[in-house]
Amino acid sequence: MKNVKIPVYLDYHATTPVDPEVFKTMAPYFTEIFGNAASRNHEFGWTAESAVEKGRAQVASLIGATEKEIIFTSGATESNNLALTGVAEMYAEKGNHIITSPIEHKAILDTCEALERKGYKISFAEVDTTGQVKPESVAALITDKTILVSIMFANNEIGTINKIGEIAKICKDKDVLFHTDAIQAVGKIPVEVNALGIDLLSMTGHKIYGPKGVGALYVRRKNPRVRLSPILHGGGHERGMRSGTLNVPGIVGFGKACEIALKNLPTEMPRIRAMRDRLWKEIQDQLDEVYLNGHPTDRLPNNLNVSFAYVEGESLMMGMKELAVSSGSACTSASLEPSYVLKALGVGDDLAHSSIRFSLGRFTTDAEIDYTVQKVVATVKKLRDISPLYEMVKEGINLKTVVWTAH
Amino acid sequence: MAYTNKVVEHFENPKNIGSMDKASKDVGTGLVGAPECGDVMKLQIEVDETTGLIRDAKFKTFGCGSAIASSSLATEWVKGKTLAEALQIKNTQIVEELSLPPIKIHCSVLAEDAIKAAVKDYLKKQEAAS
Repeated sequence: MKNVKIPVYLDYHATTPVDPEVFKTMAPYFTEIFGNAASRNHEFGWTAESAVEKGRAQVASLIGATEKEIIFTSGATESNNLALTGVAEMYAEKGNHIITSPIEHKAILDTCEALERKGYKISFAEVDTTGQVKPESVAALITDKTILVSIMFANNEIGTINKIGEIAKICKDKDVLFHTDAIQAVGKIPVEVNALGIDLLSMTGHKIYGPKGVGALYVRRKNPRVRLSPILHGGGHERGMRSGTLNVPGIVGFGKACEIALKNLPTEMPRIRAMRDRLWKEIQDQLDEVYLNGHPTDRLPNNLNVSFAYVEGESLMMGMKELAVSSGSACTSASLEPSYVLKALGVGDDLAHSSIRFSLGRFTTDAEIDYTVQKVVATVKKLRDISPLYEMVKEGINLKTVVWTAH
Repeated sequence: MAYTNKVVEHFENPKNIGSMDKASKDVGTGLVGAPECGDVMKLQIEVDETTGLIRDAKFKTFGCGSAIASSSLATEWVKGKTLAEALQIKNTQIVEELSLPPIKIHCSVLAEDAIKAAVKDYLKKQEAAS
């Protein structure tokens, strides 16, 4: 097919390429403008500091925050660790209870587990079959010991967008801090911390065409003023919340990426959504027994997560190696367990094994979508031809009644 | 995870794909695994009554590339063998032949189980017929 470079990248939830414009902006900060932003006594330091402050303003703008509310970190994992651990330690006298959800990223779940070992209590809010956290479940879990609620803005596997405003309001009414892991949402849908009532928010550069190794934590300064215990100790950078020499080129690039994302938001997302919708429609038109995972409408515009019944995800990816996608199949994980996110939604293990996540992005083209449809349909058909399950179903056998030899 | 050439070769050009008549008394069918575990193999053998040799073998597999490759290889190996010889095939031989990594060893175990199940099914039918 013409104009399609193989392999086709459809894994923008994993990471994105640095936008050429971002790269151009960053380049001088590696060589000529190399100063330490903390050097207060000479030109090199001042220049670096002003570049950092520009980046800070750009990052703040994307989420409707003020510059002083942005703490630069090394990325999403650190932002999430800092939010949870930092709040837990700072507010330990007030309480020891944290509420989160079972479909959070591991950077949240594993941090919660670590806090649990230190004596904190963790509760998990319920999730419905579309992957939305139930706000009423969050409300029901809050006690007078609750210090923090952390619910992701949009899920990285299924793209479902949570009712963040509603959950944040519940927290505010009960005087509990609210953090959201907005890694996948920022830059793709409007995120406004004040309108939504968010107290802490994690974001990262490399999911929005910025560089890897740089992220930010938004920490509210007013109503309420959120305080944090640092997890990295040292020179007292970032108002004492995150020591360590600032990653000046990274911050410059992250800032530029945020500026572009904000500028493009009104046009880029409708374009990507249209391609995503077409991909899904054409798959449905050409294949039977395909199931959408996640919410039909409240989902990130660039996400499509589909289970192709009777075909195993890893073999599907192997059969369409011209496409860079990801799968919730156990065979793609070290644990041999299918996706915990799909399981939390009540998707059966059989369909979880058959799931593929397509995530589109800024550089996805219509020609790539055409190619993808063709490749997916051909591979699923080929693998169903060799699938004993598909054959049994076509013979009229109900797979649920078969006695399987589980192994 | 990168695949070995042999796995890729069996995956892209699987040998002996297909189905035989389950009802035929010359055919033994083994169905092992479970959809919830992400692997189901159906392996069938057709036995020549006079010579006692496995004349043909077919498979269909739901599973990862290594599972498909393991069952494809198993059908190749059982052809021309006696039932007793087919039962001698060990999963470790499949692991070796396909250079399967530790995480994929269960695929080879399933292929060995599929051969055993097919032979068992054939013998049961013969017993019932006699």
